[in-house]
Amino acid sequence: MFTSSRRVASAAALVGLLSLGLSACGGGTTKDSTAAQGGGGQTTGSAPASADPNAPIKEGLKIAFLPKQINNPYETIVDKAGIEAAGEYKGEAKEVGPSDASASSQVSYINTLIQQKQDAILIAANDANAVCGPLKQAMSKGIKVVAYDSDAAKDCRNLFINQASSEEIGRSQVKMLSDQIGGKGEIAILSATANATNQNAWIEFMKDELGKPEYKDLKLVKVAYGDDDDQKSFQETQGLLQAYPDLKGIISPTTVGISAASRYISGSKYKGKVAVTGLGTPNQMREYVKNGTVKEFALWNPKDLGYLASFSAAALASGRITGAEGEKFTAGKLGEFTIGKDGEIILGPPFTFNAENIDEFDF
Amino acid sequence: MTAVTAGRGGRSLVDLVFRARELSIVAALVLLVAVTTGVNGNFLSGQGVKDIFLNASILVLLAVGQSFVIITKNIDLSVGSVVGLVAFTVGDFLAADHGRGIVFAVILGVAIGAVCGLANGLLVSFGRVPALVVTLGTLYVIQGLDHFIAHGRQINAVDLPPALLSMGNGGVLGIPYLPLIAVLVMVAAGYYLRSYASGRDFYAIGSSPEAARLAGLPVRRRVMTAYLLSGGLAGLAGVLWLARFGTVVADAAGGWELQVVSAVVVGGVAITGGVGSVYGAALGALLLTTITSALVVLKVDPFWQQAITGALLLLAISVDRLLALRVARILRRRNARHGS
Repeated sequence: MFTSSRRVASAAALVGLLSLGLSACGGGTTKDSTAAQGGGGQTTGSAPASADPNAPIKEGLKIAFLPKQINNPYETIVDKAGIEAAGEYKGEAKEVGPSDASASSQVSYINTLIQQKQDAILIAANDANAVCGPLKQAMSKGIKVVAYDSDAAKDCRNLFINQASSEEIGRSQVKMLSDQIGGKGEIAILSATANATNQNAWIEFMKDELGKPEYKDLKLVKVAYGDDDDQKSFQETQGLLQAYPDLKGIISPTTVGISAASRYISGSKYKGKVAVTGLGTPNQMREYVKNGTVKEFALWNPKDLGYLASFSAAALASGRITGAEGEKFTAGKLGEFTIGKDGEIILGPPFTFNAENIDEFDF
Repeated sequence: MTAVTAGRGGRSLVDLVFRARELSIVAALVLLVAVTTGVNGNFLSGQGVKDIFLNASILVLLAVGQSFVIITKNIDLSVGSVVGLVAFTVGDFLAADHGRGIVFAVILGVAIGAVCGLANGLLVSFGRVPALVVTLGTLYVIQGLDHFIAHGRQINAVDLPPALLSMGNGGVLGIPYLPLIAVLVMVAAGYYLRSYASGRDFYAIGSSPEAARLAGLPVRRRVMTAYLLSGGLAGLAGVLWLARFGTVVADAAGGWELQVVSAVVVGGVAITGGVGSVYGAALGALLLTTITSALVVLKVDPFWQQAITGALLLLAISVDRLLALRVARILRRRNARHGS
């Protein structure tokens, strides 16, 4: 562990130095955001500076998905759908990635993808800033960068495909739990790691929503972190229930957390007394919805997320869009999307699963 | 002949020292539980006690297996990967057909674990490669195999037979199955190591491999057995992992090898071999998991949890070193007095 992490660190340092050197060479004249968009001017002749909505989607585009970690079932579904979508526009897509979701583990993969001269890199960032240097370098070489699932820092990618707006996710989770427990009592949040970008954004909106007068009887007592580890999430859940005996509900906006909390509660004396909700996949939650531990939980369709990410990368690489606010493009069967503020594209509202509809889904 | 004359007195002295070690862990545990319960009475409620033992069971099993290996002056870093591999493959196997029996699943899990252990054992004892390197290698190989089999899939609770899931949180007469299994394994292993001649061989080998070889002990076979046991118990732990958590992805138990080694060392099994008991190791595992739970209940920043585990480890190693020096000095003085 020690040597490998040191190697990654030195690789990151090297990349940092390289990109510093590059920006120093290219800089001086322009220092605004268009420099990042155009990719340093001289290096890229192919990518036009302005969008041409009618440009054809190029054939044989090489795109690569870089998930938080391979073997994460959720990301596997997303990436697979994205790779299939590439078949529709005759592109070549693949998935590469690290086996651990640590902040720096994606850096060496980005460097390899740059060397392979991919047309676009799609990344679910483990850490918004750790991947920033290498991604900037990729953009300076004319490679389009699309973040999905978890965003990279704004100036290190062209687009961010948001599964649902962070705001909508955060607010809807509070509403869901409030409906389940009658709008009254102590509640807690069981998150993943303390520095996960998407989790923290959702939690901020949950807190904001809780500030509204209609939720004045709900009291958020603690945000716990299960580190997306089964045992840790179990122990955090136990701790919450012991430390707050009047706890009425837990929101866990992470797949590992919600299944651990549900598993623990379904086998303990708290079953039926403490509500669990959050974000999970229908397959992993089916058992707990059927045995009554969980009434409702939410998620978007991960296949649609991969599909949209794939199509938007193709549109970027073909010059149909540049990532500026207000540009529109069509993503195959999903229809038309508009780029929002800060290069963000939103897939749609989250979908609620319950005992009635859960059997219609298999992922 | 000094060894024989010093035998009786020396042994009881060493025994006393290490019983003292186990007692000190028990004392630490009692203190920890008392303080935590003082702050929050629920920590020692029926459910709370059940949780403490359930949380520790899997780590206890792994610690017992690891003790055998460490007592022979070796180490097994592949156990975390073995747990992950077994949890996934057995889950996959059961998901395919709910009619497949739990007993058969346990046997399959132990068998897969034992095969992994066998590979480690062969490489270490016959290949004469340092255990640290061998098991680091198999850690990655087994993990890779697991990832290959899983291919990003996930085992869900709904795919598993209800009987297995109820093994994870059910019990007999209010005592959950998992701790019951862990205690049975611990007692059996402890009895074997203490009361059988072949059990004592493990200590002799760990104290001085060269002397053990010259004394005609089957060193290779014992080291092999140690790895086989460690692997087999990791396999059992893998099945229990599946039963407890229900949802399993490929990297289940990733990084647990270090927790296991920490538990064993905190429990008084010297990393240099030849010293310690499985009871101590099991207590070490119980202490480490209880610390984690207690810190959550005490609402302490999770950062401290790792720091405290590290500090305990350092403390344990320092105490070991100090005790070893002390015992050696007393034995030397006594031998001198008896006029060797």
